[in-house]
Amino acid sequence: MSETFLRTAEVPPRAPPAAVGGPFAWVRRNLFSSLGNAATTLVVLALLALVLPPLFRFLVLDAVWTGGSGEACRPEAAGRPVGACWAFIHEKLGYLVYGSYPLAERWRPDAVFALMLLGGGWMLWLDAPRRGLGALFFFGVFPVAAYLLLAGAPALGLKPVPTGLWGGMIVTFVVSLVGIVVSLPLGILLALGRRSDLPVIRLACTLFIEFWRGVPLITVLFMANVMLPLFLPGDITIDRLLRPLVGVALFASAYMAEVVRGGLQAVPPGQAQAARALGLTELQILRFVVLPQAIKIVVPGIVNTFIGLFKDTTLVSIVGIADFIRVLESARIDPRWAAPSVPVTAYAFAALFYFAFCFGMARYAAFIERRLAAGEGAR
Amino acid sequence: MADSALAPKLRLAVQAGLLLAVAALAYGATTNAADKLARQGIVAGFGFLRRAAGFDISQTLIPYAAATATYGEAILVGLLNTLLVASLGIVLATILGFVVGIARRSPNALARGLAATYVETLRNLPLLLQLLVWYVAVRVVLPPALEPAVFAEGAFLTQRGLFLPRPDFSGTGWLVPAAFLLGIGATLILARLSRRRIEAGRTPLPVLAAGSGLILGLPALAWIGLALAGRVIPIAFPARGPYDIEGGLAVQPEFAALLIGLSTYSAAFIAEIVRAGLDSVARGQEEAAQALGLNRAQRLRLVVVPQAMRVIVPPLTSQYLSLTKNSSLGVLIGYPDLVHVTMGTVLNQTNQAVEAVAITMGIYLALSLVTSVAMNLYNRRVALVER
Repeated sequence: MSETFLRTAEVPPRAPPAAVGGPFAWVRRNLFSSLGNAATTLVVLALLALVLPPLFRFLVLDAVWTGGSGEACRPEAAGRPVGACWAFIHEKLGYLVYGSYPLAERWRPDAVFALMLLGGGWMLWLDAPRRGLGALFFFGVFPVAAYLLLAGAPALGLKPVPTGLWGGMIVTFVVSLVGIVVSLPLGILLALGRRSDLPVIRLACTLFIEFWRGVPLITVLFMANVMLPLFLPGDITIDRLLRPLVGVALFASAYMAEVVRGGLQAVPPGQAQAARALGLTELQILRFVVLPQAIKIVVPGIVNTFIGLFKDTTLVSIVGIADFIRVLESARIDPRWAAPSVPVTAYAFAALFYFAFCFGMARYAAFIERRLAAGEGAR
Repeated sequence: MADSALAPKLRLAVQAGLLLAVAALAYGATTNAADKLARQGIVAGFGFLRRAAGFDISQTLIPYAAATATYGEAILVGLLNTLLVASLGIVLATILGFVVGIARRSPNALARGLAATYVETLRNLPLLLQLLVWYVAVRVVLPPALEPAVFAEGAFLTQRGLFLPRPDFSGTGWLVPAAFLLGIGATLILARLSRRRIEAGRTPLPVLAAGSGLILGLPALAWIGLALAGRVIPIAFPARGPYDIEGGLAVQPEFAALLIGLSTYSAAFIAEIVRAGLDSVARGQEEAAQALGLNRAQRLRLVVVPQAMRVIVPPLTSQYLSLTKNSSLGVLIGYPDLVHVTMGTVLNQTNQAVEAVAITMGIYLALSLVTSVAMNLYNRRVALVER
């Protein structure tokens, strides 16, 4: 069978591919590249066709936008299929944002929100002027001002408002801000302590961190609720809102410490050695050389921890604090607004609120990460 | 770190100071607590665990009689409920998480988009809100207790839960679950033999087909064999009662909502871990496998995923731990887990605050320790062998 084959005629050139660029080529490559791929495309399209139109119909087309009570949202009264009951959110919005905070004093939480935006923006905008001043404002001035504004100060002419009246988004933001303002400095201290070469300090910090990371937040909140009053001397009572705040702050510090420790480990030891060779004291090395580099690396990690903290604030509703979720739950069972679609509407609104905040923060963290990566590459 | 620069005397003083401060705090706290407890007439100690509890628990895995059971038994029931929902949640979240994570690297753009939407949505909403949605909003849509949706004769779905037939494996019936376990064991052995063959350069065994045949076939054979031998396994069918569906195996809505919420939420995080793991495997690996003629499923299963596991396992461990800890959020919707029983009912009835907190936290710390030890063992197996 040994036969030589010699081509005598030129092979005709193959036709060029129909398109290698443009939308059609993209569709073919990404949606119909093979039989399995095409089947996946069809299944996903069918799924979307099944889910999206009813969702849109519920949230927008069939939704009730105006009305003074649940009457407007009951299908038998409205005489048509009823979707989301946005009228309910519209009426309850004040309650959802401020809880039972006195109507006449609601400009005070508004002022706190404005200060929060100012401080937060200053901290998060990387090219902002005087960022050191911004940090001082956010971690020093803002907490004091916010406390005076919210709780009241008779000396400044602000009527005292007991924390029992705070509620809704105010409490959600107060819990998460106290969490971040306490946990960042405390977390840095704990992380440094865990890397210390003093055995007692190292052991104490390690035990502290691993203890809080090993138990669920809800048990911490229960503990703060029932055990903090026991531990205090005599008849000192501790504010109902302060108890979970202590729990959240300690819990968040442990997680923050681990994030910061990651950053400390990423700073090459040569940096500290070089600084020591220049004659800097240990405190100066920490302050001017090691910490700035470590913190810069872990900004995305800090933001992600904050997102987790913000989501975890919902747990305080279980121990009876009127945060956004608890206020929402009591609003949705208001008999005046009894309608089948009210619970779903309430949850849709809560989902929008949390998603907008968490997704925004997550995109910010991803942006910082990309920017840091680009900086590394350029060097 | 840098503290070595401190003078030896100062080093000693700093550490002694910390010890003293901690001791003083602990002493103050305990004396205050002892003082207050004495004034409230509460006897400290764990003696209350042997007292009769006298409350009922809606879901019990072991026999539990409200009238005679002790607080200790109640806490055990709560712990078993936590373990049940956590272990099932881990299995479901892992499966779903791998599917979504792999879909994020699918050649199909729509599948990628759908998986990304899933991850971003579920990750950025509080778990508590998701549990409320599953428990309240989804349940409104289900039929009321007296007009159940009937799937087949003897399977009902209502707002009070899912009701299924329950086979009774007491008596000689134990052979059926035993055959099931035997099937799993045989499949594991088969998988190991198959791996040996691959390492020796021979063709692998059909583990998937033979394994599913063994796991499902052996119990079926045992069932049929027992029936032929005249020992038919009795099945308790749920039936419509005057107020509710009665009998059979009742899956409580609290359990179902917690399980679904927990596994879909954790799956979003696991999907991100899996995606990072897939990205860590060099592209050349998959291209080489493609050049050898492996299809996409084979490339993933035989080449990419085994290498990705090295990156996946450590963060997966902490994800399993947080899933277990997150199962305590079932308190909100009334699932009787460890926290619900111990820090809720038992604490309220006995006022033994310190003991209840210590028991709950101690158990969670022990669970964390056991899980991380187990996963570290597995990690050692999949870790890169340095030659």
